[in-house]
Amino acid sequence: MRLERRETVPLTLVATAPLAAVVAALVLAAGLIAAAGVNPLAAYGEMLRGAFGSRLSLTEMLTRATPLILTGLAAAVAFRARLWNIGGEGQFFMGALATAWIGHSLALPGLLGMAVLMICGMAAGALLLAGPAFLRLRFGVDEVVTTLLLNFIVILFVGLMIEGPLRDPLAFGWPQSVPVDSAYRLADLVPRTRLHMGLLVALAAAGVVWLVLTRTVFGVETRAAGLNARAAAFAGISLPRTIMGVALLSGALAGLAGAIEVMGVTGGVTTTMSPGFGYAGIVVAMLAALHPAGVVAAAVFVATVFVGADAMSRATGVPSFIADVIVALSLLTMLVALLFTTYRVRR
Amino acid sequence: MTPVLELSHITKRFGPLVANEDVSLRLGQGEILALLGENGAGKTTLMNILFGHYEADEGEVRVFGETLPAGKPRAAIAAGVGMVHQHFTLAGNLSVLDNVMLGSERLSRIGSDRRAARKKLMAISERFGLPVDPDARVSKLSVGERQRVEILKALYRDARVLILDEPTAVLARPEAERLFETLRGMTQDGLSLIFISHKLHEVMAASDRVAVLRGGRMVAERATSETSSSELAELMVGRKVQRPVRQDHAIGAPVLQAERITIVEEGETRLEDISFTVNEGEILGIVGVSGNGQGALGALLSGLMAPTSGALRLNGADVGQLGPRGLIAAGAARVPEDRHAEGAVGEMTVWENAILERLRSAAFSRFGFVRRAEAKAHARELIQRFDVRGAGPDTRIRLLSGGNMQKLILGRCLATGPRFLLANQPTRGLDEGAIAAVHEELLAARAEGAAILLISEELEEAVQLSDRIQAIVKGRLSEPVAAGEADARRLGLMMAGVWDTQDAA
Ligand SMILES: Nc1ncnc2c1ncn2[C@@H]1O[C@H](COP(=O)(O)OP(=O)(O)O)[C@@H](O)[C@H]1O
Ligand SMILES: [Mg+2]
Repeated sequence: MRLERRETVPLTLVATAPLAAVVAALVLAAGLIAAAGVNPLAAYGEMLRGAFGSRLSLTEMLTRATPLILTGLAAAVAFRARLWNIGGEGQFFMGALATAWIGHSLALPGLLGMAVLMICGMAAGALLLAGPAFLRLRFGVDEVVTTLLLNFIVILFVGLMIEGPLRDPLAFGWPQSVPVDSAYRLADLVPRTRLHMGLLVALAAAGVVWLVLTRTVFGVETRAAGLNARAAAFAGISLPRTIMGVALLSGALAGLAGAIEVMGVTGGVTTTMSPGFGYAGIVVAMLAALHPAGVVAAAVFVATVFVGADAMSRATGVPSFIADVIVALSLLTMLVALLFTTYRVRR
Repeated sequence: MTPVLELSHITKRFGPLVANEDVSLRLGQGEILALLGENGAGKTTLMNILFGHYEADEGEVRVFGETLPAGKPRAAIAAGVGMVHQHFTLAGNLSVLDNVMLGSERLSRIGSDRRAARKKLMAISERFGLPVDPDARVSKLSVGERQRVEILKALYRDARVLILDEPTAVLARPEAERLFETLRGMTQDGLSLIFISHKLHEVMAASDRVAVLRGGRMVAERATSETSSSELAELMVGRKVQRPVRQDHAIGAPVLQAERITIVEEGETRLEDISFTVNEGEILGIVGVSGNGQGALGALLSGLMAPTSGALRLNGADVGQLGPRGLIAAGAARVPEDRHAEGAVGEMTVWENAILERLRSAAFSRFGFVRRAEAKAHARELIQRFDVRGAGPDTRIRLLSGGNMQKLILGRCLATGPRFLLANQPTRGLDEGAIAAVHEELLAARAEGAAILLISEELEEAVQLSDRIQAIVKGRLSEPVAAGEADARRLGLMMAGVWDTQDAA
């Protein structure tokens, strides 16, 4: 058996690879569910019902998908340019913290204030990634290490702030930051649910990212630099500028996820407000084959697993940790699937 | 002669593409057979089938009368077939000895008998006149030396039939000649050889017999003594091809001037005090054995390296520090040495590659958005004007053949009517038809008044195209000679670093 590189990759294959990966991950996880003494089909049925079965579950799932779309976009944008931003989690928290802090005492009319807060969140995320990008360009420091480690530093920093200067005095000793002013809370998209206007912002962001990547000079330069850095440099494309531009965009998207989560869902910042949105964004981006439209679909899948797993766990007793297993497995199966889209197996 | 190797009725398909169609071939004991064909003719595929890398759809391979099982390189090695691939397969971080031993030891063995291996390697090296340092790290070796290691690796496994896929593609002329001498010596030692090539002169000089492959079919076999390069050229291409001839015309004013340029990079002197002038309507040829500073010269004229001292002037303005974009804006165009690594982004479309250098110009972008319609129209125009085959604007450029990709890159350069053109190894790896087309375009640009600097390792090409020639040796340039006075002996001396003005030190 041997792998031969494909001359061309048919589009159908590109589209079916993520589906096949997801199915494979579900089949593998079924083994674990069965080991827990539960019929996997029944368990997955519960999972689907938990994510799509009622108005409430559907909106919960979409609420969860909203930040995932943005962190997924952040990873996709960076990975396309071969900037390995593993720091989505940290950028998410910096965005959230900046938004809560500024939004607590901001005095601007509602809509304008919301826009300003989102921009603040984006700036915070962008600045956080600018550091590692600079270190890589200037000294060749591996950004995988710096961005990953920054996540832990940021979490500790957030803890410090919400125990100290930004502590909410009305939270009864609960470690939580001051909340954004209620004037800047995002309106409900569906009344009496947690689903908020942020979903529209996330969808718009996906559209904008697609436009930037495919239609702008910056997008073409980014793609060229990511695919063949030497040829891009030969053509006069400045690699440092491209990498820095990508870093700012990627960090801004993850920061926006944090801002919107605060404005739409939590109000203030806690260290537990993210179940790993930044890390899951990496899986979302990979499942989407780094395509912005795919990111939306992949975010819905991951949100389904997370929200549905809770319901499944309540109904069948399978621990809800199975959600993490499924998401992690789908990343692995997707990597295998990507191998088969670029290579073909020969006897 | 007894056949040591026989391919009969081999057919190999890749999907709809028939890479080999009913090909039969015999190799006699002690014979050197040249397998000649254009790029894409199916030479590599055929040899990969013989060696067991690919499985043929039809047909079989016999070595010393025994049929080889299909698709088993180990069986081919055991039967005495050795292969030196077009793209080397050595591990750069290992020593020569390690590379030679790699894969020929049984995994079940505990420890390895390096002493015996070293002895065997040195014996082979001596016997066949292939000197190596067994402890040198492969990554530190030149391409020529690496190739020697590849050959030794095959011989170490007791190959009696050796196949070399385009062995001279990476070698300069003198190195290539030395290689063929060695190969000739090896046949006297009982080896039989097949070498693949698309270069007529070396096929004529070094083979006993020629098999010509075209479009996957075996179109002719000739004894080398009974054929001529023109007949082979026609057989290979399927029609008559002739390289265009340079017409004499008046040379204009200086366009590009290098004034005593030195480039030092990481403490190493890459170019030393070089000066030259390229005039309007003139082609200046730079010849030399590879690795003598062509890389740095190309980088300098592409805007990727700046002079450490000295000045580079284009139309009088200092352009040495401008970088690629500034240089292009100043009227320079560049054909890079390696079209896959530098000339094109393989996974991007033809239209994107066609405008990559001018992405930010008003012609192709507005308010930061790419003007796609204009860009595609431009690509379509290039495809038409420069006869790029097998592609539309939306084709990924990776799918073009080398010749067509080069025509597109050349088109991208010439579309703007540049004042100065750098043509760095513009025909490397191309077949006869494509070479003629590229020469045609270069001469047309010259006729229109472009100043062209041609860097080439092909002496014929340099002599055919250039008005004047300078040699580059260890980062220094010889005085120019007029093309008319550039005979092989004079150029040979120049390339060896012997020129009138060089002082004794
Ligand atoms: N693994 C492959 N899959 C699909 N097509 C291939 C593969 N290898 C070679 N080809 C095609 O087969 C033809 C012959 O290729 P090759 O044998 O490499 O030619 P040559 O060595 O004579 O230049 C080309 O059209 C090439 O694109
Ligand atoms: Mg080949």
